[in-house]
Amino acid sequence: MIRIEGLSYTYPTGIQALKDVSLELRDGEFLAIMGENGAGKTTLVKHLNGLLKPTSGRVSVDGVDTREASVASLSRTVGLVFQNPDDQLFSETSEDEVSFALKNFGFSKEVMEKRVSWALNLLGLERYRKASPLMLSGGERKRLALASVLAWDPKVVVLDEPTVGQDHNQKEILRQFIVQLNAQGKTVIIVTHDVEFVAECAPRVVVMSRGRVIMDGEARRVLCDESILGQASIIPPQVAQVFYMLQDLGFPRDVINVEDARRFIVARVRPG
Amino acid sequence: MTLRVLDGLKFRKAASPIHTLDPRTKMLSAAFFFFATVLFSEFLPLMILFMVQLPFIAAGRIWKEWARSMRGALFLGIMILVMNLIFSQGLVYSIAMTTRFLGLLSSFSLFFLTTSPDDLSLALQKWHIPYELCFAFTTAVRFVPVLANEAQTIVDAQRSRGLELEKGNFIKRIRNYIPILVPLIVNAIRRSLDLAEVMESRAFGAIKKRTSLFELRLGSGDYVAFLLVAVGVALVLYARLGVKIPF
Repeated sequence: MIRIEGLSYTYPTGIQALKDVSLELRDGEFLAIMGENGAGKTTLVKHLNGLLKPTSGRVSVDGVDTREASVASLSRTVGLVFQNPDDQLFSETSEDEVSFALKNFGFSKEVMEKRVSWALNLLGLERYRKASPLMLSGGERKRLALASVLAWDPKVVVLDEPTVGQDHNQKEILRQFIVQLNAQGKTVIIVTHDVEFVAECAPRVVVMSRGRVIMDGEARRVLCDESILGQASIIPPQVAQVFYMLQDLGFPRDVINVEDARRFIVARVRPG
Repeated sequence: MTLRVLDGLKFRKAASPIHTLDPRTKMLSAAFFFFATVLFSEFLPLMILFMVQLPFIAAGRIWKEWARSMRGALFLGIMILVMNLIFSQGLVYSIAMTTRFLGLLSSFSLFFLTTSPDDLSLALQKWHIPYELCFAFTTAVRFVPVLANEAQTIVDAQRSRGLELEKGNFIKRIRNYIPILVPLIVNAIRRSLDLAEVMESRAFGAIKKRTSLFELRLGSGDYVAFLLVAVGVALVLYARLGVKIPF
């Protein structure tokens, strides 16, 4: 359970990145945080494992105030996967990369070995076990960064821009993977611009703009609200745009993904 | 967090009498402060040299940035103090050495905070230094903030994986920086290769004789500054050679 109350944050440079943000996240929820560049999305998630401490307001993770806990102990619960894998990969082999965090968290050797194999397998990287992370492709590096966080099995997984630089197939695999993680009971938070990706995942969506939360609700509702999305420099998913234009034919407005769209159209074309 | 001291070297555009001085003038003044500070090891002149810089920092309206770099250097300053005390150089001498360090840093800070890298490059070209070298220099200066930002991101990413930089004994603490330094260096190398390709695709070096949009010209402020530096040099020489410094 993550509770954010009246959170404001000002960087040492004087830029106020978050203004009075309040948010509550139950265990097992799937949340997408969207918003324009500089809206404060990354700043917000950096509060969840204590990398940043509130200037005012309060953030608590499972009842623990983030101001009173170390980043290391909070990270045990909240695993943060950064946008650019090149900002974290440093080991000689993929295996070492994944075990780095496990060592830091003090896992025993046997558990560590098991977890490393499990995580590499989970993301299809088993054959690169002994390979240097620097030799992997962009998509593989991104998956390795994800594996290195999932390895310690955090209760909450936060993914910052997971779809950037991934082709369609990789995105689809990633989507299924995230949905599966969530189905297994993990709380999943994604930070993204990718409106089509969010439409297919259909999680709860929080829209941020200029440091504030301007909307919070189900994907189906949020992604059809053009005025709110416009404020955050987001355009609705293409399916939503089509259904917006079809509303005078009696189609519902709140359709955002291809599967639902197909259902409605087929129902109309073949009545009964 | 770790690189706050570099904030004191980040140039920001502003309209102040110091910013509009010719870069060569500022270079001369910075050189004066540097050599004068190195020339003395007594507390009194070092403190005076430090204090003399303050009005210029005020005139340049860079208090905040300057103070931040000073605060960032505090730890190193204390180290210098403690080290000198341990090796029993006496309290006054130890304080003098700390003041010297802060004075040097402050003069660098004053120079870099008020001089844009472009101006600096123009000044170097005036002295017939090859353009490629000037360009390399400005690029290096310009990438300092980029590198500092990136270092911060890397520190955040590794701390999120349970790295605790302040944990362990001395050796362990140094080893803690490996996960920070490796990505930082690898990314810097990658970026420099990219930069080289980008420059080549924009025809860098295609024209042998370059002209520049801005020309450096000395103004009245510069002559005032020259005068001040000349007075400063005279005073420093007199103090060094002519009088006995009490402490």
